[in-house]
Amino acid sequence: MSLETSIQTSDKPLGRDDLARLVARDITPGSFVNLGIGQPTLVSNYLEPEQNITLHTENGMLGMGPEATGDQIDGDLINAGKIPVTELPGASYFHHADSFAIMRGGHLDICVLGAFQVSATGDLANWHTGAPDAIPAVGGAMDLATGAKDVFVMMTLLTREGVSKLVETCSYPLTGIGCVTRVYTDKAVFLTGPDGVRVRETFGCTLEELQALVPVPLKAA
Amino acid sequence: MLNFIDTVGEAVAGIQDGSTVMIGGFGNAGQPFELIDALMDCGATDLTVVNNNAGQGDQGLALLIKEGRVKKMICSFPRQSDSWHFDAKFRAGEIELELVPQGNLAERIRAAGAGIGGFFTPTGYGTTLAEGKETRFLDGKWQVFETPIHADVALIKALKADGKGNLVYRKTARNFGPIMAAAAKHTIVQVSELVPTGGLDPEVIVTPGIYVNNIVKVA
Repeated sequence: MSLETSIQTSDKPLGRDDLARLVARDITPGSFVNLGIGQPTLVSNYLEPEQNITLHTENGMLGMGPEATGDQIDGDLINAGKIPVTELPGASYFHHADSFAIMRGGHLDICVLGAFQVSATGDLANWHTGAPDAIPAVGGAMDLATGAKDVFVMMTLLTREGVSKLVETCSYPLTGIGCVTRVYTDKAVFLTGPDGVRVRETFGCTLEELQALVPVPLKAA
Repeated sequence: MLNFIDTVGEAVAGIQDGSTVMIGGFGNAGQPFELIDALMDCGATDLTVVNNNAGQGDQGLALLIKEGRVKKMICSFPRQSDSWHFDAKFRAGEIELELVPQGNLAERIRAAGAGIGGFFTPTGYGTTLAEGKETRFLDGKWQVFETPIHADVALIKALKADGKGNLVYRKTARNFGPIMAAAAKHTIVQVSELVPTGGLDPEVIVTPGIYVNNIVKVA
């Protein structure tokens, strides 16, 4: 069987910044967005002012600005990763139950999260490896995964050992069921849902080469 | 009843062994360090502590845990790069952990203050954190029953209080303060500034004084 190859949009795999730029470009203007800790935070570097995106941080703020530097650093103004940040004009503060009602009530348009694994039907595992000696910590991951209208995942497609993190069924403890709508990886952008996985574009590989890496049936979007 | 108290030691003096204590703060923002130090000095032990985290570094809640005064933590995110005191106690089996998704933690605290006996939420459905809990299919999705978290005492930090105990906070240091103030039987607040009654615009008050018992100004 010969797979469609015209969806390859880059000669090589995307680096973290290129991927962040792609996610930023895909965010609908006017959206309210929560960026998870780690790789997703890079997305904020590539949001354009004319997109008019409002960033939410779950510790209690809408209208979060860039990371604070020098004299801007204020211990009372931090993000969910406990990094000092700034406030933009029009920012608002609220308590934790209101902040999570913003997610849980379905008011947030998009959240971007990291992941250990995503299943073909959009199950997410990103909070716990399940290792017996690991101290579990969940934070707001389950609320974000379940509450946001769209859940985008950013991750490398393969583990250091070369195993696909896009899987038939997650082996790590779940964060949410059927919640992920898109997976941005260094090798491809996947659209996940109840009907399985479609590939929007590939980077540095053909769909056929990608299929050889991923134990889940793929079709072009 | 509202009391204005001169020292943090007197403010926390009534806290009993075995109490459930809510402590405000997300990381260090909004953490009432002076009240926690006073709780340390007052000797109360066998505590159940409700906080988002389980202490950072070598201060505040982390020290209370290190000294073995906390028998149980109810929190969402205990593991951090500098949570070494919690990590050690947990690995030694010397502290109990109830791990709660952060939004469930906030809503369970809010529910306690609002007199709600429990609620259903999709958060956590199908995960290990919902194991053994009642579930129902509501509004087109599976939801998990969660119960309120009550407390004997809340220790929180606000920016200003007026003579009626009304509070305002500062930036993201607000975090759990307003909901913990409502959820606890006895709420102890440290503030940076006391203003006369009428000195806060009623339109911007975040926590009405009805939820507040003890207020102490710290430098």
